[in-house]
Amino acid sequence: MSAEPASARVRPRITGFFTDSTLCIGCKACEVACKEWNEIPSDGFVWSGLSYDNTVSLGHSTWRHVKFVERLPVHGAGGFSSPDVSWEFSSDVCKHCEVAGCLEACPTGSIVRTEFGGVYIQPDVCNGCGYCVVSCPFGVVDRRPHDRAFKCTFCYDRQKAGMVPACAKACPTESIRFGELEVLRREAAARLVELRAGGVEDAVVYDPRDTSVGGIHAFFLVRGDPKMYNLPERPEVPTVRLRPAWRSAGAAAAAILTAAIGAFLFADGK
Amino acid sequence: MPGLGTSFGRGGATTSQQDLANADAILIMGSSMAENHPVGFQWVVEAKKRGAKVIHVDPRFTRTSAMADHWVPLRAGSDIVFLGGLIRYVLENGREFREYVVRYTNAPTLLREDFRDTEDLGGVFSGWDDEAGKYSPESWLYEGAKPKGGEPGHEPSGSGHAKERGGESQDDLNPSPRDESLENPRCVFQTLKRHFARYTPELVEEACGVSKEAFLRIADVFSSASGPEKTAAICYAVGWTQHSTGAQIIRAAAILQLLLGNIGRPGGGILALRGHASIQGSTDIPTLYDILPGYLPMPLFDAKVDTLAEYIERNGAKKGWWNNIDKYIVSLLKAYYGDRATAANEFGYGWLPRVTGDHSHQAYWIEMADGKIEGLFVMGQNPAVGAPNSRFGRKAMAKLKWLVVRDLVEVETASFWYDSPEVARGELSPGEIGTEVFLFPAAGHAEKAGCFTNTQRLLQWREKAVDPPGDARSEAWFIHHLARRLKARAKLDPSPRNAPLEALAWEYPTLAPHHEPDIETVLQEINGWRVADRFLVKDFTELAADGSTACGCWIYSGVFPEPGHDNNKAAKRAPEDFYGRGWGYAWPLDRRILYNRASARPDGKPWSERKKLVWWDDGARRWTGNDEPDFTKSKPPDYRPAANAQGDAAIPGDAPFFMHPDGMGWIWVSSGLKDGPLPTHYEPLESPVANALYPKRQKNPAAATLERPGNRYAAFPDRRFPHVMTTYRLTEHHTAGGMSRTLSHLAELQPELFCEISPDLAREASIVHGGWATITTARGIVEARVLVTARMPSLTIAGQIVHQVGLPYHWGSRGLVTGDAVNDLIAFSQEPNVRIMESKALECRIEPGRRPRRAGAVEKLERLMEEPAGNA
Repeated sequence: MSAEPASARVRPRITGFFTDSTLCIGCKACEVACKEWNEIPSDGFVWSGLSYDNTVSLGHSTWRHVKFVERLPVHGAGGFSSPDVSWEFSSDVCKHCEVAGCLEACPTGSIVRTEFGGVYIQPDVCNGCGYCVVSCPFGVVDRRPHDRAFKCTFCYDRQKAGMVPACAKACPTESIRFGELEVLRREAAARLVELRAGGVEDAVVYDPRDTSVGGIHAFFLVRGDPKMYNLPERPEVPTVRLRPAWRSAGAAAAAILTAAIGAFLFADGK
Repeated sequence: MPGLGTSFGRGGATTSQQDLANADAILIMGSSMAENHPVGFQWVVEAKKRGAKVIHVDPRFTRTSAMADHWVPLRAGSDIVFLGGLIRYVLENGREFREYVVRYTNAPTLLREDFRDTEDLGGVFSGWDDEAGKYSPESWLYEGAKPKGGEPGHEPSGSGHAKERGGESQDDLNPSPRDESLENPRCVFQTLKRHFARYTPELVEEACGVSKEAFLRIADVFSSASGPEKTAAICYAVGWTQHSTGAQIIRAAAILQLLLGNIGRPGGGILALRGHASIQGSTDIPTLYDILPGYLPMPLFDAKVDTLAEYIERNGAKKGWWNNIDKYIVSLLKAYYGDRATAANEFGYGWLPRVTGDHSHQAYWIEMADGKIEGLFVMGQNPAVGAPNSRFGRKAMAKLKWLVVRDLVEVETASFWYDSPEVARGELSPGEIGTEVFLFPAAGHAEKAGCFTNTQRLLQWREKAVDPPGDARSEAWFIHHLARRLKARAKLDPSPRNAPLEALAWEYPTLAPHHEPDIETVLQEINGWRVADRFLVKDFTELAADGSTACGCWIYSGVFPEPGHDNNKAAKRAPEDFYGRGWGYAWPLDRRILYNRASARPDGKPWSERKKLVWWDDGARRWTGNDEPDFTKSKPPDYRPAANAQGDAAIPGDAPFFMHPDGMGWIWVSSGLKDGPLPTHYEPLESPVANALYPKRQKNPAAATLERPGNRYAAFPDRRFPHVMTTYRLTEHHTAGGMSRTLSHLAELQPELFCEISPDLAREASIVHGGWATITTARGIVEARVLVTARMPSLTIAGQIVHQVGLPYHWGSRGLVTGDAVNDLIAFSQEPNVRIMESKALECRIEPGRRPRRAGAVEKLERLMEEPAGNA
């Protein structure tokens, strides 16, 4: 990051993660670096049988998670011909939505937007109510039993100190890139063109901006259907349902009112 | 290392990991680089971005395969057939880089008339003695070469890490007879062609299980990415080394790269990926029994004449760089013995220990089992989990009187006496074990300063971040103070056996707070200094044979040319380019790409603009370029040596492999290898498949099985152990797990031992995904969770389906996550050149369910061993 004079009081840049899964080697260094830096406890020593993934999902104790998308074994594939195998890796993280469901749902004001554009849970304010958990369109926020809600902080502490988030710093292949959001978006577009030109036709950038989340600050480049990587086609914040909910509630109220008034009218006309 | 050492002159990777970014194709074989070298893999990714094709050849579809453009599954242990197939493809299709081959390799050199190939003798080269079980390699020499004194043949006690000479040498020939048309039937090129004539795509299909089409596609991709305008690199790791033919697999790669002109050029080369942080360093400044620092051979007890002069005569060479051996050994002795080393006492040569026999890891473990070894120091190692046949090893440790273990935690090696599987199974009883165990807490790598020498001969300095906690100390501290105390004891008892210890110069300043020896002083001693005033030498060219210089390891000389931390070149951290310059210090003399004289044509101009690296600057009359020239800088391309020239002066200006007496890259290795001048396919020591080439030579005749109770083998064929088994590591753990099973952030990522098997094998053996399986070999029995995956395909070999079982080996009985030690399944065995075990291809049995508890596990194994092997 370039050094800026403190007196300039320049508004900090909106930062983002661009996770290019075509460069991910599934080493999980991001998971480990995240846990080291943020002092996250273990989430158990359970062998899952799900390919090489034993932390299984994002959660209160896993804020970066590498997904292993392995094509299911096809029975009877013996013989010398190369069986049809594919194994994709992608490091998932909180998307830091433009319109964040968790932030909207938080009744205590614990969840705030930082000067870098990230969505941050203030640990000393969170009371562990869990409203944010059900309000996240990506299933990212999680409450630790008998404790508060946890998720990626976007390494707010490191960013404040001018440092790159731990996961991006540890990534050996630059699969996780950190920087100014709009610059990253341009890089992703260029990378997509490069990949398509190189014959990787199933590469797509996952960066939904036309839904109620209004864009995400951690976006992805994956191969194949983003749904395979647990990335929903049209993520929506729960509040988007408020207007129709109010509308139908209003309509119901109006109908009830009409009926009530009608009842009186009918009573009068008896 | 002898694979690379005999081929090119030095036992180290010829290139750097950064330089992979310059490649047009990268063949990764015998390695899962993305998993085990994830940091270095960034340059493979960089190469891919620049358009390089990445090929992964491996029994499993690994995280490396996932990043490759091509993945080819092959049967574990069939590597030489695949590589031999590539060599044949290059020769048959005229894909060799002709001018490079003619001018820079020994392809034109003529061989003796009495040489006979494996193709003539049914699987052995001429010189094989069936009774003695070894070769007399005289007939492998160049035409007209005379054996160098004494009887030809390899020393029984030595190993191949140094350039131990078997036949010798080309010294008397100047020049050796060559046929540059490559037509003479006795030239190396034609001999090579005949030797590999049967390694056809059909044979590759039959023996490796690789389809003809897949093989031909790979052969085309790799060979067409080579030539004046292009280069291709090969990366390998212990997936090649840990075979009974390991050195010869690497030789096959060396031959391929020499034929394609890929050595000494940017984006080319062979990258030996080492197993962990300082494995290259531990052979440069060896923890091996048969060499001294800088690949100087250890003197042998059975040498007929045992003087320093004879040592120099025997191990040096009249022509080529090894002519300087006298300077290096004398300077080393001066570093060891200081003022006590004088010309009068042969600089203390008599004080050096002599090699009395095979003291490689497995040999001394067997001696331990036989009660011949009293005590053992174990540092930075966890053999109770990580060494081959660890079950045998744990029982052997119970025969020791004392055992010193230094580690970060109490590893299985330190606790074997009370919580090993043998104790649980009633084979060992704590009350009856006489071994006294001393466990010392060791400092972690961030708690001590020092140097790693990594995979690409790169010395990287490491600063201390924090002081070690409590009583934890560095290995250097331990050795330093142990030596000090032993020397003090030796002084009290001036018997002859104490004389070497007493003579040892041992003066290192120590630092607060724990009296840690100052490691920079040690590095300065390694760099070398003038004895008179301790003025540091610039590099090894300043070393002398008269005792006026001391140098701890000549190949490292130049790393610390002047006093002061700023001159510690290993501590440089300013990367400059995709050769790796500016980061650390690569021996020798910070040359990143070895033999880079070969990046220029014989006349000194680059082969192409795109692939230029170093070239002759006629105006300045010196070699220059983008890397440190790996050549005498002032020697012009047209230099021709005088008839009686010696040393480097005997090497012409167009001979890039100047460590060799003839200055050539050796397609043919006439001396220095114990199992042949060319690679030949033999089946692994345990294999369900018959040798398709030589029915009467199933396995490498020169390899040792060390067969004995506790180290048994499957028969051939053996229906009890019908499947191929291979072992490997995962990104998430560190070798035998001592540094990863104890850390929650790593342990949770791979919390249990698992096996990987194909859907076909799962169905055939009624094993379910996610369940348990018991895997047995003639040595041991383990249980593992089951991953059924198409990434571990079953292959068709000679019409039969062959299943492969994959097992990572990180678990043991202690730590946050535990599991059976997979190394219980591996046999002690010795590849003839480096005496390494074969852990990448063996035979196993797999059954559904968990193994019996306690004594039942051993009973099950013994019952199985009593069954007849029968016909498979």
